[in-house]
Amino acid sequence: MATPYETFEYDVLVIGAGGAGLRAAIEASAAGVKVGLVCKSLLGKAHTVMAEGGMAAAMGNVDDRDNWKVHFADTMRGGQYVNNWRMAELHAKEAPARVYELEAWGAVFDRTKDGKILQRNFGGHKYPRLAHVGDRTGLEMIRTLQDHGIHQGITVHMEWTIVTLLKDGERVVGAFGYDRERGRFKILKAKAVVIASGGLGRAYKITSNSWEGTGDGHSLAYHAGAELLDMEFIQFHPTGMIWPPSVQGLLVTESVRGEGGVLRNKDGHRFMFDDIPDNYKSQTSTDPEEGWRYTQNDKNARRPPELLTRDHVARCINREVKAGRGSPHGGVFLDISWIKEKIPNAAEHIKRKLPSMYHQFMQLANLDITKEPMEVGPTTHYAMGGVRVNGDTQMSSVPGLFAAGECAAGLHGANRLGGNSLSDLLVFGKRAGEFAAKYAKENSAGQISDAQIEEAARQAIEPFEYGAKAGGSAEGPYQVQHDLQNMMQELVGIVRREDEMSRALDGLDKLWDRARKTAVYGNREYNPGWHTALDLKHLLTISEAIARSALDRKESRGGHFREDFPNKDAESGKMNIVIVKGADGSMQLRHEPIPAMPDELKQVIEEMK
Amino acid sequence: MKSVTFRIWRGDVTGGKLVDYTTEFSEGMVVLDIVHKIQATQANDLACRWNCKAGKCGSCSAEINGVPRLMCMTRLDMIPVEKPVTIEPMRAFPSIRDLVTDVSWNFLVKKKIKKFKPRAPDAADGTWRMQQEDIDRVQEFRKCIECFLCQDVCHVLRDHRKHDEFIGPRFLVYTAALEMHPLDTEDRIEELKQAHGIGYCNITKCCTKVCPENITITDNAIIPLKERVVDEFYDPLGWLWKIIRPKG
Repeated sequence: MATPYETFEYDVLVIGAGGAGLRAAIEASAAGVKVGLVCKSLLGKAHTVMAEGGMAAAMGNVDDRDNWKVHFADTMRGGQYVNNWRMAELHAKEAPARVYELEAWGAVFDRTKDGKILQRNFGGHKYPRLAHVGDRTGLEMIRTLQDHGIHQGITVHMEWTIVTLLKDGERVVGAFGYDRERGRFKILKAKAVVIASGGLGRAYKITSNSWEGTGDGHSLAYHAGAELLDMEFIQFHPTGMIWPPSVQGLLVTESVRGEGGVLRNKDGHRFMFDDIPDNYKSQTSTDPEEGWRYTQNDKNARRPPELLTRDHVARCINREVKAGRGSPHGGVFLDISWIKEKIPNAAEHIKRKLPSMYHQFMQLANLDITKEPMEVGPTTHYAMGGVRVNGDTQMSSVPGLFAAGECAAGLHGANRLGGNSLSDLLVFGKRAGEFAAKYAKENSAGQISDAQIEEAARQAIEPFEYGAKAGGSAEGPYQVQHDLQNMMQELVGIVRREDEMSRALDGLDKLWDRARKTAVYGNREYNPGWHTALDLKHLLTISEAIARSALDRKESRGGHFREDFPNKDAESGKMNIVIVKGADGSMQLRHEPIPAMPDELKQVIEEMK
Repeated sequence: MKSVTFRIWRGDVTGGKLVDYTTEFSEGMVVLDIVHKIQATQANDLACRWNCKAGKCGSCSAEINGVPRLMCMTRLDMIPVEKPVTIEPMRAFPSIRDLVTDVSWNFLVKKKIKKFKPRAPDAADGTWRMQQEDIDRVQEFRKCIECFLCQDVCHVLRDHRKHDEFIGPRFLVYTAALEMHPLDTEDRIEELKQAHGIGYCNITKCCTKVCPENITITDNAIIPLKERVVDEFYDPLGWLWKIIRPKG
């Protein structure tokens, strides 16, 4: 029997409505093509909304020594030089225009004294570079894009989930999904598809990501034949909340440190001074007083070590805790309240600069950050790896399939700098939209076979059939998800070892077996058990990609730290790891040499050393 | 561990009932944690919306013991747990399932409000200049996370069902953010009075009380907008001035 479904036809289909998806949809629509936008949640609730610190753009409003070259060099240094240099170049050059564009669409950034967009300090950025609104920049950005986008003729399908991409030969020509509200199937035909589905933090137990971060886009692209790149590079943000347990992982913005917050162990020692990496020594202060002056925009001061890159800070925290110098609940102390020694009305100042953090700790932990230090520890935050794309067009290795934002790889290399994500979303969201629209104009609609649709529908319904057969005795999806998260946290987390990761791969085989037999009860209308069951395939796919890549990279670099190979390896630094689905359905891995950088970019990096 | 009973509304647009679930809880847990725990262990198909779990996205709005709140920001030590805790969906909107309501009306309303229209850029490079003190008020309004709790509690919508004639506190705040934006050149006063029904608000301030972002909705947004409407339509001197003022 043919499956009932509703069909929609677009020129460009965008999957995901965070910063990248919205920006892509706006751009494609402006190019005059018909655009559909699908999001798992309500519009404006995507994970972008949680971004706090700001978006990096070398506008030079606070320090006029800043320009695209410095930003480019900072991004490459932060990414340990395995970045896609073309993307890093485009990002640094185009970010300021994308910020100004937001202002033209109604965003209201904090201001400098002369009325320009204010910029703040952040880890790894040489000069104050982050345009921001207090510590709720992501909300400002998503709301601005949303409020602009709704007048651009884009069709938005809220609370729909895409289960699989549909192909015509080699080309992606649409997607199959369902609406969460009624559970009815939808076919979305499109000449070009942009994946902007965000991250995959839900593969881990402790994460700053919401339920949506299940790696859908990575997995959809992979199963459609696209290459995944650099999946071993996961960013563990150094400062997540650790107490009370129910908020474990919730992000504490880096702006706390940008505004002068310091990290201390249980003995009150500022341990970040103990270990400053060689390639940052010239930029980093060894004097607490100089570090403080840096946070107060003294142009002659160097940054305090708390503002080193996230991978490094996370590992230092980990080291302190393991050495028994941690805080009572297994983290370290992050203190902003100490600035009362330095400035009058410090409490008011903190509340104005970090309103969400004040609110978050007051409400969830009963702690006043203007009076007491916070307890923090690393939390899974961001995937540097993702769909391998062309740096200019954002098209993947599959024709008609584009990716932008967190689910795309390249810009950030082995470690992303804070603030480079929001600008990434805008710069490459725009590019993806532009080139997807161009592709759609140059290509006709594809054909989708009934067999593909029937198979997708069969797989989607399967969990209910297991439920009906088992009559209440079979395992539900939540336990499988829970066990996966614990395993990834334990075996493929912040510190990795060969034997543990091999165990993780065995564990994944067993979890796959369980996931295939997961039972779901009830009906298809807004059934979170069913949704969780379908997300498991994505989570398991990307977990396997992470584990295989991490096992293969026998060195430590950026977000990837191997206890058994604790140093950087020059040869490994010349390659990226590519994952692709083999003809037999198994996951294949290969090394891809990083293309040589043009001389003018090499020169920029030399100049900035 | 202590235990708590949650009395959760289960049902859809055709009707439903309150169902009791008892579970254990630990220090620092919020209402959403308990709902998730029940979902994972006792009722896999219990429908609820959530995203950030940090009071930033405004997805998990519900009525907790009859009070509109975010489930993620309501700690169990803020509410009595000796007797069953009632969790119901927002009642101003049609039910979809369990705690999930149909809030699509809000998205339609926003589309009807005239969009931001900036003045020409101030500087040759296409950028603008604004002073921080001139944007403080607008930034307060832009803190809104669109949880729609203010819409839920507003009696014009909840009790009188004036959804066709009144845009509700959320969109008065939205309009105020546009009207008070230093760069904006659009005029929304006429539509505020006519199509958007600002006159229905009789400033009972219920919306301000439930706002999880502590936006002073009534005092800072609605009342100044009402004053603008009055100035435009009911001020006889202003009216006369508009007729006799020199043109051009």
